[in-house]
Amino acid sequence: MSSPIPKSPEQSDKNKKYDRQLRLWGDHGQKLLENSKVCLINATALGTEILKSLVLPGIGSFTIVDGEKVTEEDIGSNFFLENETVGASRAQVATQCLLELNPDVRGDYIDESAEHIIANTENFFKNFDVVIGTVLSEKTLIPLSKHLWECEVPLIVCRSIGFLGYIRLQIKEHTVIEAHPDSESPDLRLDKLWPALEEYLSSINIEQLGRKEISHVPPVVILYYFLNKYKNDHGGNLPETREEKELLKEMIKDVGKSEDGNNRLILEENFEQALHYVNTCVATRAIPNHVQTILEDDNCVNLTQHSSSFWIMCSALREMVKSEGVLPMKGTLPDMASDTHSFVTLQNIYQKQAQHQAESIYRRASQIARDLGLPQETITENDVKYFCKHSSELYLIRGSCIADEYEKTSLDLTSYLEDPDSLIFYYVILRGLERFINEFNAYPGQMDDQVEPDILKLKGIIGKLLNEWGYSHVLRDEKVHEVCRYGGAELHSVSSILGGCAAQEVIKVITNQYKPLNNTFIYDAINSTSATFCL
Amino acid sequence: MDETKESLQKRWTHLRKVLERPGPFSHPEFEPSPDILDFILSSCKLLIIGAGGLGCELLKDLAMMGFKHIHIIDMDVIDLSNLNRQFLFRHKDIGVSKAEVAAKYVNGRIQGCQVVPHYCTIQEKDEEFYRQFHVIVCGLDSIPARRWINGMVVSLLNYDDAGILDQSSIIPLVDGGTEGFKGNARVVLPGITACVECTLDLYPPQVTYPLCTIANTPRLPEHCIEYVKLVQWPKENPFGVALDGDDAQHLMWLHEKAVERASQFNIQGVTFRLVQGVVKNIIPAVASTNAVVAAVCATEVFKLATSCCTPLNNFMVFNDVDGIYTYTYEAERKENCIVCCNVPQMLSIEDPGKMKLSDIIEILCSDPKFQMKNPGLTTTINGSNKTLYIPTIEAIEKRTRENLNKTLQDLGLNDGQEIVVADITTPTSLIIKLTFKTVDIEMG
Repeated sequence: MSSPIPKSPEQSDKNKKYDRQLRLWGDHGQKLLENSKVCLINATALGTEILKSLVLPGIGSFTIVDGEKVTEEDIGSNFFLENETVGASRAQVATQCLLELNPDVRGDYIDESAEHIIANTENFFKNFDVVIGTVLSEKTLIPLSKHLWECEVPLIVCRSIGFLGYIRLQIKEHTVIEAHPDSESPDLRLDKLWPALEEYLSSINIEQLGRKEISHVPPVVILYYFLNKYKNDHGGNLPETREEKELLKEMIKDVGKSEDGNNRLILEENFEQALHYVNTCVATRAIPNHVQTILEDDNCVNLTQHSSSFWIMCSALREMVKSEGVLPMKGTLPDMASDTHSFVTLQNIYQKQAQHQAESIYRRASQIARDLGLPQETITENDVKYFCKHSSELYLIRGSCIADEYEKTSLDLTSYLEDPDSLIFYYVILRGLERFINEFNAYPGQMDDQVEPDILKLKGIIGKLLNEWGYSHVLRDEKVHEVCRYGGAELHSVSSILGGCAAQEVIKVITNQYKPLNNTFIYDAINSTSATFCL
Repeated sequence: MDETKESLQKRWTHLRKVLERPGPFSHPEFEPSPDILDFILSSCKLLIIGAGGLGCELLKDLAMMGFKHIHIIDMDVIDLSNLNRQFLFRHKDIGVSKAEVAAKYVNGRIQGCQVVPHYCTIQEKDEEFYRQFHVIVCGLDSIPARRWINGMVVSLLNYDDAGILDQSSIIPLVDGGTEGFKGNARVVLPGITACVECTLDLYPPQVTYPLCTIANTPRLPEHCIEYVKLVQWPKENPFGVALDGDDAQHLMWLHEKAVERASQFNIQGVTFRLVQGVVKNIIPAVASTNAVVAAVCATEVFKLATSCCTPLNNFMVFNDVDGIYTYTYEAERKENCIVCCNVPQMLSIEDPGKMKLSDIIEILCSDPKFQMKNPGLTTTINGSNKTLYIPTIEAIEKRTRENLNKTLQDLGLNDGQEIVVADITTPTSLIIKLTFKTVDIEMG
C-alpha cells in the first residue's frame, strides 16, 4: 500500500497576498520584515515613496518624524498627500495615506522636527531597526549619524534633486547569510570524496555498460570515471591547465559519441554535460575571499558572551575549515541528464553528507555557546542547517560613519576623480549644495533671478571643499549649472526611482538577505546611469 | 478651471524649474518656456499598456509629472496576489477591472487628472486608436503583447515615395520589464532605433522540460508537477473542465497527484507553492523593482514629451541583488529585422520535395528570428488566394489540417513564392519569400 497522500495545505490570505515576494525572500525573510520597525524622517515625495515600497511588502510598523506643514508644492510632487490637506501636519497626512496601502502594517507619526527630537527625546531613534532620512541638513545629519552609529541602528540617507539622486547607507556591521548569487557552478567535490560517494562512483564501469544504459548514467559518474583514468595516466594529478582539461574532454568524447541516423557523430546529452563540468567542477572550489575575511574577522576569532549566533556559527565553521580545508556542502545537485534512480541515489549521497557536516557544525557551535556560558537555545539546528547551506555566500559589511565622512579633513577620492565623467563629481556638488543651504538657507537657484549668481557661489563653496580635502581639481561648470537649474526642485519620477532603490536596501538590511549597497550610490537620471562609491 | 492659469499654480513649481530654465544637458531642440508645461497639462496624450505592477506605478508617476490625458488599457481583473505591489488596488477591488480601478483612484487623488480606462485586450484596438497618442509606454509581462504593440507603432510609420520617414508619424515607445530584483527599461523610436523585434534574443527562453524526461526519467519536483499537468490532467480530467491555474481546487488536485508521483520516484520537494509556481509560470515580483523600472520609464516619457533632457539611448538594465547596479547601452537595429526594416524575409528551402508545410511552421516557431506562437499561412497561387493553414479558427483548421503533411511541392509552392504569415506576435501580417536551393521541380 502506498502511504496516505498528504492533504494540500490551504493557503492563508496573507500567503496569497505576499506570494510573489515570498518566492524571493522566503517565509523566514517575511517574518523578519513583519517584525521590523522603520522610522522615516521627513515625509517628502522621496520619503513616502520609500515607505510605500516597505508598507506594501508588509513591514511591521513605521513612524514618520516631520515637523513641516503640507504646502501646495508638496502636493505637486508627493502622491501620498491629498489635495485638500494644505496646512495640515505633513507627518499625519502621509501616515494616513500610507496606512491605506496595507492593513497589516501599523504606523504613527510625530509632528516634530528630527532636530527637536534629537535635542529633547533621548534614545528615541534607538528603538528602530532602520532609520531613513530625506532632505536632512548637515546640522541634523551629523548628530543623528553619530548617535545611530553608537547604538548600531542602520541609517539610510537619501536625496532627490532635479535629475539627480543620492543614497548613503550607514551600517556599522552587517552580515548576510543568503546572498542569492546569480549563478554558481555545482559543488561536486570529486577531489574530496567521502566513502559513500566513492563507493557509489567506483561501482560503475562506464566502458562496460550497454548503449542504452550508458545514455542514462549521471554526468557526475562519467566525469569521475574519466578523471580517475586521467589521474592514473598522469601520476595522480588533476588536470589544471586548459590543455590538460582538453585531454580529459577528448577521453570523454571518445566514449560518449555515437552515430545518428545520417552517419553523423553525436554526443549523448549526459556526456555533453560531463564535458561542461570539466571546466568548472573538477577541483573543489577554494574558500571564497569574502568568506575567508569573515573567518579571520576579530568577531569570529574572539567570541564573547555578547557574540551573536552568526559569529558563533562562523567560529564553528572556522574550526571545520581549519581541520578539513573545505566549506560544508549545499547538499543539492543541479538537474542533470540521468535516469531517475541514479540521480536520486546520487542526490541522497550528497544530501546525507551535507547533513552530516551540518550536524558536526551544530555540535561545535553548541559547544562554543556552552563554553561561553550562553543558554542552549542560542544555537538551533535549523539555523545551523540554513547557515551551512549558504556558507559559500556569507558576506560581511563593516561600514563607515557619515559624521566621520563629513568631519574628515581629507576624503580619499583620488581614484574616482581621475575620470572627468565620473559621477563622483555629483557627490562633490551635493556636498557643496548642503553647505550652500547651511550658509544661505536656500537651495542654489531657488529664485529665478538668482541662478547665475548662485552658480558662482556654489562653485566657490565646492572649490573650498575640494581644497579642504587636498584636491586642486576644477569641476566642470555645466554640472554645477545643471544643479542650480533645479533650484531645489524634487521631480516625482526621479524620487520614485530613488525610493524603490532605497526601500530595497532597507529590505536587505532587515532580512539579512542579498548584499546591501556599500555605501554611496549616485543616480544620474539625465543619462540614466549610476555609480557606487565606498566612502 | 482655467487651464492656462493652472500652469501657474504653486503645485507645479518643481516642474517649472526644469521646463522654464535652460540647462547644459537638455535636448538641442529644447527651448525653455511656460508653453511646455501647458502642453503637458492640456494637450499631451499618453497611453499606458498594462495596469499591473508597472502600470500602477506608471500611472501615478506620469500623473504626478503633470500629464493629464492618460489612457490605460488592461484586460485583467484584480487578484489578491497583486496587492503586495499594485498599490492602487485594495482588498475590496478583487475581481474588478484593473484599468478601471486604477483610473478611478488616480482621478480622485490628483486634481484635474483625466485617466481613461480600457478594459480589453490591446488587439481589440485599431490603428486609429493608437495613432492618437504622443507617447506609448508599456508595463507588460507578456512578450507576445510587447511584440504586437511594437509591430503596431512600426506599422503607423509613414514613408514617402523616396523612402524617407515622415518624422511626425513616429510614436515613441517606452518599455519596462521586471523579474524579481531585476529589470530593464528602454526607449524605442520606431524606424530610427532598435525595436523590440530587433533585440528579441535578449529575452531568456522560457524554461521547458523535455516530455521524455517528464514521462520517463523525472528527477526534479518540477518534472513531477509538469507530468501531472500535461499528462494526468488531460487523461483523468477530474473536474470535467480545462485546467485553471487560478482555481484552488484544481491546484489542490495537481498538488496531491504530484506528491503521489514524486513519492513513487523518491523525489523530494513538491510543495503547494512550487506547484502553483510551475503551473502558472509565476514570475516573482516585488514593489521596489516595479517602482524603480516604472519611474525610469516615466522619466523617459517626460524627457520625450518636453525635450528638457536627452532621452535614454536606448536600453537600461537594472539589478539590485548585489548593491544597486545599472548598465546603459545602445541596443543596435537589426539589418533584416522582420518588423522595422522594409525588406522581405527570405526563407531558404533545401528540398521542396521533402519539406512539409509543418516544417515551415516549425521554423517560424523555433527560429530565434521569428519566434512565433501559432502562425497561420496563406498565399496566392495563379492569382487566387489559397489558405495553407489557419490554426486559430476551428472550422478552417479542420479543413486545412491535411496540408501540414504535404510537401511544398505537393502544395504547388514555387521558388520565390510569397507566403503571408499571421501570428499573435504581430498586428500586421509578415511576408516571407521562399527561395529554393535546388530548383528541380517537375513541371505539372
